[in-house]
Amino acid sequence: MSLFQFISDFFRDNANWHGAYGIPHRLLEHVEYSLIALGIAAGIALPVGLVTGHTGRGGNALALVATAARALPSYGLLVLMFFWLGLGLTPVMIPLVALAVPPILVTTYEAMRTLDPAPVDAARGMGMGPAAVLFQVELPSALPLVLSGLRSAAIQVVSTTAIAATVSLGGLGRFVVDGLYQQNYTIVVGGATLIAGLALVTIALFWLVGRFVVSPGVRGRR
Amino acid sequence: MTSHSQSSTGPRHLRAAAILLAATTAAALLAGCSDSSSSSDTPNGSASSTGGKSKPKDPLAGAAPKSGTVVVGSNNFAESVVLMDVYGEALKAKGINVQYKPDIGTREITYGLVKNGSVTVLPEYNGSLLSYLDKTAAPTSIEATTAAIEAKLDPSLTMLDPAAAEDKDSLTVNAQTAAKYHLTSQSTIADLAKVGGQIVVGGSPEFQKRQQGLPGLKSQYGLTPKSFKPLDAGGPLTVSALKDNSVQAADVFTTDASITREKFVTLQDPKKLFGFANVQPMVSKAGLTPDAVAALNAVSAKLDTQALLSMDDQVQNQKKDPLDVAQAWLKSVGLGG
Amino acid sequence: MSGGAGFFDIPSDLQHSYAGLIGIHMQEAMIPVGIGLAVALPLGQLCVRFRWLYPPVLWVTTVLYAIPSLTFFVFLIDYTGATRTTVMIPLTVYSLVVLVPAIVDGVRSVPQDTLSAATAMGLGPVQRYLQVQLPLAVPAIIAGLRVATASSISLVSVGALIGNQGALGNLLQDAILYHRSNLALNSVVTIAVLAVLTDIVLVLLRMALTPWLPRSGKAAGRAARATAVEPSTEAALLEDAAS
Repeated sequence: MSLFQFISDFFRDNANWHGAYGIPHRLLEHVEYSLIALGIAAGIALPVGLVTGHTGRGGNALALVATAARALPSYGLLVLMFFWLGLGLTPVMIPLVALAVPPILVTTYEAMRTLDPAPVDAARGMGMGPAAVLFQVELPSALPLVLSGLRSAAIQVVSTTAIAATVSLGGLGRFVVDGLYQQNYTIVVGGATLIAGLALVTIALFWLVGRFVVSPGVRGRR
Repeated sequence: MTSHSQSSTGPRHLRAAAILLAATTAAALLAGCSDSSSSSDTPNGSASSTGGKSKPKDPLAGAAPKSGTVVVGSNNFAESVVLMDVYGEALKAKGINVQYKPDIGTREITYGLVKNGSVTVLPEYNGSLLSYLDKTAAPTSIEATTAAIEAKLDPSLTMLDPAAAEDKDSLTVNAQTAAKYHLTSQSTIADLAKVGGQIVVGGSPEFQKRQQGLPGLKSQYGLTPKSFKPLDAGGPLTVSALKDNSVQAADVFTTDASITREKFVTLQDPKKLFGFANVQPMVSKAGLTPDAVAALNAVSAKLDTQALLSMDDQVQNQKKDPLDVAQAWLKSVGLGG
Repeated sequence: MSGGAGFFDIPSDLQHSYAGLIGIHMQEAMIPVGIGLAVALPLGQLCVRFRWLYPPVLWVTTVLYAIPSLTFFVFLIDYTGATRTTVMIPLTVYSLVVLVPAIVDGVRSVPQDTLSAATAMGLGPVQRYLQVQLPLAVPAIIAGLRVATASSISLVSVGALIGNQGALGNLLQDAILYHRSNLALNSVVTIAVLAVLTDIVLVLLRMALTPWLPRSGKAAGRAARATAVEPSTEAALLEDAAS
């Protein structure tokens, strides 16, 4: 039995494609959890990163937060949150947000810090106000790096959302956890393949977004 | 296996921890290296050579142990670990070489490991094992249960004497659900089946597929729940899901202390879906001497439900270490080392 | 507090003391980083030598890094069983993925003038690599090592999900088994402390290896912030730093 045999068995089994326990439903749950976590993380990290980067204050504090957050094991944090908060979505969101905040925060800060001062000065010279400078000059220039931070966070969140299944939530991790309990390696491998596939799709999506959203003038520079 | 000494004092632990953290990067690496060669972990792939080459290899199966050592395993719930310690320590008291393989997983996994010889002794529950082997069997006595198991068991395996101690799976509802549908300890699973469409049932993920689970609830009682929520084997996930009503009914072990504590109601099972559930060691015939068999049977002769309840309580409520609890009980019945 | 319920009382079924678990944990986390470094150094040098090699390597590493650890583990069960080897192989790959860009960018960032000076002093290519390029790339390599070790130490705990191969992560399983939240707290705190301590060791190592650099300041802060980011992003950051 090769690995690929298990994988194709999983995807050929019709039963895996229907109902609340089927692939489409689990995939939706997985995407839903990931988007919520990413949204919360971006809601926290983008403004903080923009402000600290814009003013240039708090860089060392950010470094400390980043290192500390990376040192926390997501699965461990999840189990701990389950003990403290019980079942539900919140104990899952806390480790996922903790995972996603540092990359977004750090890259946003870094993007704002490393802006070329010349276009900013030019914009001011043209009579743009601070808000116009931020939204029309600084943000578009910072976008490539900010997007790379978001991408990094998104990939990690999509991969890690699998642990939600260990505290009885859904998502693609369900296949892996159930399969391990039921001694059904086909389901385990099938679920794992789906998670990896979703992570790769995430990379592709960010690549596409980068193509369309980033201003050509900025893109050429790198 | 270190922590069964006496209850160690806090400061000593702290100091040990501090020293260790300091030396972590270098010394701990070396300690870990030398330790792994002799530890209980299975070596990788190569071990499948003992399992025969013609069979398709199951990647979730483990490897065979060294000869001369009795490997005692356990499933992935607290009581199974306690029982592993009870039987294992009794063997040790007779001077037999014992190696532990705790928390292996569910029956689906452990049965395979005993069959391929990588686990010698596994504390089982007779009715649950029978239901796993034969979905239709409905024996009416402990002896008939043992006979029925032996008929279906792999020829390399056998059952030792059953203990009086019983711990069944059960379908148990929370207090809200009991009140809402007027269910009492006299109600049956069939009573719940009438409102099945409104009930979310929880249990360990394998409960969804095995006979003593959703398939059996449907075929025996016509209970088709609104949905199934995968939890753990009667552990804290199950208890909190029942408590916060995210499931209305769940698979709970009848010896679980949370039933009385949380005012859960265990439903009657007149069709004996969950059958007999006496503790009974399943062993691999080749791995045990007559002395070892006698030692294990001596434990089963003393082990009753009261003893099991008390040990579960000590582990789950008083947070004592399962090994300490097992040794204390063995000593109290004169089987200690 | 009675009997075995203390913070550092490890349940007997894990068959190791607290110290023993830390030992296994560090072993499972650091061996992959070591192997990753041993492979990444020559691979990185190849990418520097043959520029066309680097973009495809960067692509492959980005994709490999996107494969979730749990997926990686369960795929490997088919070949190496539910063992520590199964946990260590993916961690090796992740380390490699982080270290190659760090090394390439570090070595590349050495100014052409410096290299010319070295050549003029009569250093051959090998000597020039060992005595000039590699030492000057140390800050970037250490920055990569910091990312690799931190994620390795934290990811070992996921091994608990595939048959108790998670060292300190196994405490999490036992926390659930015995309703002992203390064990979960112990696991999380110990893993975090190990990661921070290792990080400090690496920073000290960098200071010792690069006495010519300022002890703190902008470069160090930038490297520390870069540790929060995945490899290709970090490569971009380091590129910025170099330019």
